[in-house]
Amino acid sequence: MNEVSVQEADFDVGAETVALSAGDDGAGAVATFVGLVRGEGIRAMSLEHYPGMTEKALAEIVEQARQRWQLRRVRIIHRVGRLLPGDRIVFVGVSSSHRHDAFAACEFIMDYLKTRAPFWKKEETDAGARWVDARESDDTAAARWEGAD
Amino acid sequence: MLKLLYFASLRETLGSAREDLELPTGIDTIAQLRAHLASRGGSWQVFATSKSLRAAVNQAMAGGDAPVKAGDEVAFFPPVTGG
Repeated sequence: MNEVSVQEADFDVGAETVALSAGDDGAGAVATFVGLVRGEGIRAMSLEHYPGMTEKALAEIVEQARQRWQLRRVRIIHRVGRLLPGDRIVFVGVSSSHRHDAFAACEFIMDYLKTRAPFWKKEETDAGARWVDARESDDTAAARWEGAD
Repeated sequence: MLKLLYFASLRETLGSAREDLELPTGIDTIAQLRAHLASRGGSWQVFATSKSLRAAVNQAMAGGDAPVKAGDEVAFFPPVTGG
């Protein structure tokens, strides 16, 4: 199975989580993250990306995570297209022998994804459509991994 | 020939998603390419005025001094907001 998927379709969190350790009795931990579309006054959210670069950027992030921690399986699914409040946007799952590696790698992958993978969100509100601004807090979250392990 | 791509709010500002550009002589870096695009005037001045615009060369993030050459795919876009 590919480690990285960019797709319009929803994903099955249960099936993806199970697949991270199926048939692998060396796995002692699975950590997952699911990102959702918040309501907060928006009617819908459209996600655009840079086909080709997106997949490369995500694969590079996975590679960096594998260099930092002892990981067994990694899975990233990011949806694109038009999504509604409550919809799932992103899945990150990591399996490892021990929990520390899985927890840390899962958070690292999300922090790097938010600042390095070429996705852009546009919100539809009652007042019209607007592109979401990048957050400084996301840069800060990604930067704390520099020089850390 | 250079393949240029524009994404998200930048695409809307320019009213263009992509173009093929004959690389003018004397343009060897992303910063020089930005200045060239800005010189078109109108909405293209965003290349001079926006400090936050990002660039990628052949699908890898690139700074202002990154080299560009004929045959490259160069993309410009605002800071990313996925996840």
